[in-house]
Amino acid sequence: MATAQAHTETKWWSGGKSPFNVEYGKLMMWYFLMSDAFTFGAFLISYGTIRFSQNYWPDPNEVFNAFPLAGHANLPLAFVSLMTFILIVSSVTMVLAVHAGHNMDKKGVIKWMIWTVIGGIAFLACQAWEWTHLITGDHAVMINGQIENIGTTVTMNPWGPAANVAEHDGHHVGTPGPVAFGGYFFGITGFHGFHVASGVVINIVMLIMAINGTFERKGQYWMIEKAGLYWHFVDLVWVFVFLCFYLI
Amino acid sequence: MEHAIQEITFHHEPGGKEVVSKIIKTTIILSVITIIELGMGLGMYALPMAAGLKLFLKGVIVILSLAKAFYIVGVFMHLGEEVKNLIMTIVVPLLLFVWFIAAFLYEGNSWKNLRNTYNPKQAVTAPAAPHEAGEQH
Repeated sequence: MATAQAHTETKWWSGGKSPFNVEYGKLMMWYFLMSDAFTFGAFLISYGTIRFSQNYWPDPNEVFNAFPLAGHANLPLAFVSLMTFILIVSSVTMVLAVHAGHNMDKKGVIKWMIWTVIGGIAFLACQAWEWTHLITGDHAVMINGQIENIGTTVTMNPWGPAANVAEHDGHHVGTPGPVAFGGYFFGITGFHGFHVASGVVINIVMLIMAINGTFERKGQYWMIEKAGLYWHFVDLVWVFVFLCFYLI
Repeated sequence: MEHAIQEITFHHEPGGKEVVSKIIKTTIILSVITIIELGMGLGMYALPMAAGLKLFLKGVIVILSLAKAFYIVGVFMHLGEEVKNLIMTIVVPLLLFVWFIAAFLYEGNSWKNLRNTYNPKQAVTAPAAPHEAGEQH
């Protein structure tokens, strides 16, 4: 409350102080994240445009229904929920690391950064499994009058409407779906995964710097804060990737 | 670095338990919203429902996701604690998305309609006789 009062009394633009009351690097991190939001936004809107232009689009509940070690059990959205919770939890451990940094608590920063890095690696491992499952998981599809077994790639999509034929080896036979499905899915989740991977690298660097006492000597843990902004942004983007690809 | 420290007029005070309890509260809110979203997503799959209801549920899920984004940016990224002008320079440009989404989804939908109603024979004669094209509707 005290700061809220002071804000109105301070002349921010008369010089001698930061008008936005933030350090340069943090401000630039915000603007980078804003521009990155436009990049992801453009990708997702492009995906939406193509999806709106198609008469048929695969139901995510049917495409994403596998879980590691669960065989052919029909578990729609279960695995992606796990991935979402992993990312939310790693975001929470990151904010706790930033909080520990505010309190100059070196041990706390190290502890929470380790958990954040573990969360990031776990998320990437989940994504690797999901991609492998989609690419290598064959589905019987009727192509030019012949039944072929194809996986989901950027050039093939087995998730079209059901074909008008009998079952093949006990499996339903489909028709090829819109090719754009795989391209957008792998393109956008891949771009997000690339952000997660670079975020993990940044967090590992921050962890090493924290262990070496670099921030303690500087007298502030601002770098943790900036890495934290990036990491939360990765979580934020996942909220919308999760929304566009899995939920609706 | 010392120069930069002097520029900052107010420091966000290192809070103790209140900050942690706020983080935990936000975590619970995010988890609950995610579970509700998943419930709706599965409901659309498992239960037979009208297309209109499905569309409505999808709209609710979009709004819930925006709420999640608000909590992540406002609390986890501490944007809510920054100076108002800084918040505005981040948030106002993002308003472009409103037009962006409306225009492009409309475009995609129009593309689909055009493709579905496209008739090659009509396309050949239509430019030659624009009056007749209007009467066909």
